[in-house]
Amino acid sequence: MLQVKNDDAFVAFERVQKSYDGETLVVKDLNLTIPKGEFLTLLGPSGSGKTTCLMMLAGFETATHGHIRLDGVSVNNIPPHKRGIGMVFQNYALFPHMTVAENLSFPLEVRKMGKSDREAKVKRALDMVQMGAFGNRRPAQMSGGQQQRVALARALVFEPELVLMDEPLGALDKQLRETLQFEITNLAHQLGITVVYVTHDQTEALTMSDRVAVFEDGRIQQLATPDDLYERPQNSFVAQFIGENNTLTGVVQEIGDKRCTVRLDSGDVIEALPANVNAVGDRTKVSIRPERVEIDKTRLQPGALTLKAEVLEFIYMGDIFRTRLRVAGTDDFIIKTRNAPDQVRLTPGSQIDIGWLPEDCRALDA
Amino acid sequence: MAEQMMAADGRTLKSSLNRALRRQKLRAMLLIAPLLLFIMLTFVIPIGQMLFRSVENQIVGNTIPRTVQELASWDASIDPLPHEAVYAAFAKDMAIAVEERRHTRLGSRLNYELAGISSQFRRSGRDVSDMGAVYTEQFVALDPVWEDPATWTTLMADPDWIAELAAWDGDGAEPAFVVSEAAQDALPQTADIYSDFARVTQETNNRSPTTVQPWNVVYAALYEDLTTGPAPQIDSVPAELLQDAATAAQGFATEDFRAAFLDSSNGWGDTRIWQTIQTFSAPYTAGYFLNSIDMQMTPDGVVMVPENQQIYVKLFIRTLIMSLTIMGACILLGYPVAWMLANLPSRQANLMLILVLLPFWTSLLVRTSAWKVLLQQQGVINDLLVWIGLVSDANRLTMINNATGTVIAMTHILLPFMILPLYSVMKTIPPSYLRAAKSLGATNWTAFWRVYFPQSVPGIGAGSILVFILSIGYYITPEIVGGTSGIFISNRIAYHISSSLNWGLAAALGTILLVVVMALYWAYDRIVGIDNVKLGG
Repeated sequence: MLQVKNDDAFVAFERVQKSYDGETLVVKDLNLTIPKGEFLTLLGPSGSGKTTCLMMLAGFETATHGHIRLDGVSVNNIPPHKRGIGMVFQNYALFPHMTVAENLSFPLEVRKMGKSDREAKVKRALDMVQMGAFGNRRPAQMSGGQQQRVALARALVFEPELVLMDEPLGALDKQLRETLQFEITNLAHQLGITVVYVTHDQTEALTMSDRVAVFEDGRIQQLATPDDLYERPQNSFVAQFIGENNTLTGVVQEIGDKRCTVRLDSGDVIEALPANVNAVGDRTKVSIRPERVEIDKTRLQPGALTLKAEVLEFIYMGDIFRTRLRVAGTDDFIIKTRNAPDQVRLTPGSQIDIGWLPEDCRALDA
Repeated sequence: MAEQMMAADGRTLKSSLNRALRRQKLRAMLLIAPLLLFIMLTFVIPIGQMLFRSVENQIVGNTIPRTVQELASWDASIDPLPHEAVYAAFAKDMAIAVEERRHTRLGSRLNYELAGISSQFRRSGRDVSDMGAVYTEQFVALDPVWEDPATWTTLMADPDWIAELAAWDGDGAEPAFVVSEAAQDALPQTADIYSDFARVTQETNNRSPTTVQPWNVVYAALYEDLTTGPAPQIDSVPAELLQDAATAAQGFATEDFRAAFLDSSNGWGDTRIWQTIQTFSAPYTAGYFLNSIDMQMTPDGVVMVPENQQIYVKLFIRTLIMSLTIMGACILLGYPVAWMLANLPSRQANLMLILVLLPFWTSLLVRTSAWKVLLQQQGVINDLLVWIGLVSDANRLTMINNATGTVIAMTHILLPFMILPLYSVMKTIPPSYLRAAKSLGATNWTAFWRVYFPQSVPGIGAGSILVFILSIGYYITPEIVGGTSGIFISNRIAYHISSSLNWGLAAALGTILLVVVMALYWAYDRIVGIDNVKLGG
C-alpha cells in the first residue's frame, strides 16, 4: 500500500466517533491532524472525551466510526502492541515485580533486542531522566516523582516517534509537577518526538504545549496555540475554562467588522470585539480577562468606555491583588492588579470606574 | 550516657508512655479474652489431649501393674514362658481388673499389637475369680473364721478406720478403707491386694468390705506371706489365729497359676503374648506412630508390617497426590473465572460472584450426593454420553467410588476457596499494567505472562494453601464418593475414632497429618514467602 507521507499529518483523526453504549457518543466527529514533532495537549474536564481519544490512538479502544491514521497508515485494525507508541500513565503503571532496569528492559526484550544493546539503551534512557542510579530499585521503593520519571524513560526507551501521556503528573504535588512539566517539554523537543498529552490542568496545557485542543462534550471546542487560546477564545466555554474570566451577558445591538455594541442586561452599553456573534439581536456572553481591566482612568485610552463598579472584596495574594466587584448586576466580577509600590488597594464599599480596551473584550456565544 | 527524656511530671518519658499505653493494652486484651478462652477450651486443649493420646500407653501399667513389674526381669530368650510369679501377679491384677471391668479394654488395646489377644483377656476374665480357690478352701477348713469378712477387716483395717466406720451414720458413701501399718509390715502382699479388694468393693461394687468375703487371690497372698517369713504378729487379732494358719500353711496344697491360666486359655502359654505385654508396658510408646507408617514394634525391634497390611504410607501419599491434583484443577478452573470476575463491570461481577458463592449456601452433603447422582454408572453423565454415542452402553465410565469421583467432587466443592483469594488479588491489579505492557510492544500473551501473572501469584499461593490444606483433611466427600480407591487418610482416622476405637492410632495419624501440613507450609514460606500470600487488599 502506497501512502503519501505527510509530516503535517503524522497523526490524523478523520471523522472519528466513539460510543460505549450505542446510545450516546462520547467522541463526536473528531477531526484532528498532528504534525510530526508537535506537543499537542488534549485539555478538557473529565468526561469530555479526551482520554477516550488517547485510548483510541493507543489502540485500547476501537473507534465506532472513522479512521485514525498514523504516519499515513490507518491503524484501526492494528493491535496496540504493533503500533509502536510509547505511553505514560497517570498511575505510572511500572511493573511492581520488576526492578527499574527490568521495567525499562521489557519493551526491548519483547523486541528481541540483544542483552548488551538493551543494557546500553536502558542506561541511556535512565540517564536522560536523571535516574541512572536507580536501576536496581523496585518501583515501590521510589517516590511518585521518581516513578513517573522512570515511566517516562520506559515509554521513550524503545524510541517511539509518538508518545502518549495520560495525565502523567496528576498524582504529584505542585512543585514536582512544575519541575517535571519543564523536563518533559525539554525532553520532547530534544528528541523531536510527537507528544499527545492529556490533562485537565489548564496551566499545564498552556505551559507545555505547542497546540492545545480544548475538549468538551465530545468535540474539540478550540484547537490553537496557548496564547491564542488564552487571548482569543473562540467560545464562552473556552473563555471560561482557560484561565480566569469575567462574563457579562447581554444582547448585540450593533455589529460591525471589528466592533460591536452590546447592551448588557443591566442596561449599560459596552463595545466589544465580535468574536462569536453573527447578527444584531443575538444573546451574547462578553468575556474580559481580569488582568485587562483597568481601574486607573488615566491609563485608559481616550474615548474608552467605562462602567461603574462597587468594590465588594479585596484579597491580598502576594504577587497580585484580587478584587471582587459588582459590575452591571454581577457580583463576581474579578479584577487582578499587580502588587506594585504605587498600586492602589481598593477598599470594600467604595465606588469606582472601570474600563478596558474594546479589543480585550470579546463578545462570544451565549 | 544519653540524657533520659523526662515527662512534665518528672517521670521518665518511657514510663509515662507505658502507663498511658497500659490501659489501652488491657482493654485490647479484654476484647479478645472471650475468643481466646473459647479457642483454648474448644480447640487447643482438646487437640492437645488428642495428640497426647498418640504416645500415651498408661493403660498397661495402670491395669496390670504387678504383672508389668514381675515381667521386667523376664527374658524371653532364656525362658520361653515367664515364671510362676508373673502368672500369680497377673491373677491378682486380673482379679482387680475384672471386678472393675477394665480387662477387656486392656485386651482391646493389646489386640492392636497382637491380633487375638483380646479374646484371651475375655476368656480368662471369666475364670480368674476361681484361681486360688484352693487356698480359700484350706484356710476355711482350718478355721471357719477365715470365711468371715469381719476377721479380715479386723486383721487388715486401720483402727482409726474402724472407729470412723462405727461413727458413720450410713449417709452417703462409706469411709474409704484404710489399711493398717501393722498389716502392711507383717503381711505385705496380703495388705497390698486386700487394700485393692476393699477399694474395688467400696467404689465399684458399692459394698462394704466388712460384709464381703475377700477374693481367692487374697487368700493366695496370705498363704504367700505366711509361708515366706516367720509367723507374723498382728495385735488386732488373737496371736494363735495367724500362728495356726502359718503352721498349717506349710502343709497346704498349692495352686499353679500358670497351669490355671493355660487351662483357662492356652494362649497364655504363647511367648509372643508375654513379649507383647512386656514391649508395651512402658507408660509412653512410639507404637502408634510406627503403626501409622506401616511399621510395628515387636520384641525383635521395629519392623515393617506384612506387605498385605501396609496401608497408611500408601494412604498418606495418595492423600497428598490427590490434594495436589485437586489444587491444580482448582487453579486451572478458578483462574479464568477469577479473571473474568475482576474485569467485568461491577454489576455483572457481583452476579457472577453470587454464582461462585452459591455452592456455599447449599449443604455439602447435598452437593456431594448430587455428584453421586451425576457420576454413577447409571447416572446423568453416563446416560448422556451413551445417548450421544460417545460411550457404548456396555462400557459406561466408572467415575464414582474411585479417585476420579473424589477429585471431581472435591474440585467442585473447593473451587470457591481458590476463586475468592484469586479474585481479591486480581481486583487490586490495575488494568493499566496490561495496557502499559501492550503499549510497550508485548503481545497479549506476553503481557499476561510477564506482567499480569506474576502479580496474581500471591492469589494463587493463598488459594492453593487454602485448597490444599482443606482437601488434605477432607472427610465427608471422599467417604461418600471415594469408594475404596478414593478415600483419604482422614477417612482412616475417622474409622479409628468411631469404629475400631483405636484412638491412639487415630491421634498418631492426625499428628503426622498436622506435621506434614505444617512442613509444607514451612516449605512454602521458604520458597515463595508467606508475605506473598494475599487474601485481599
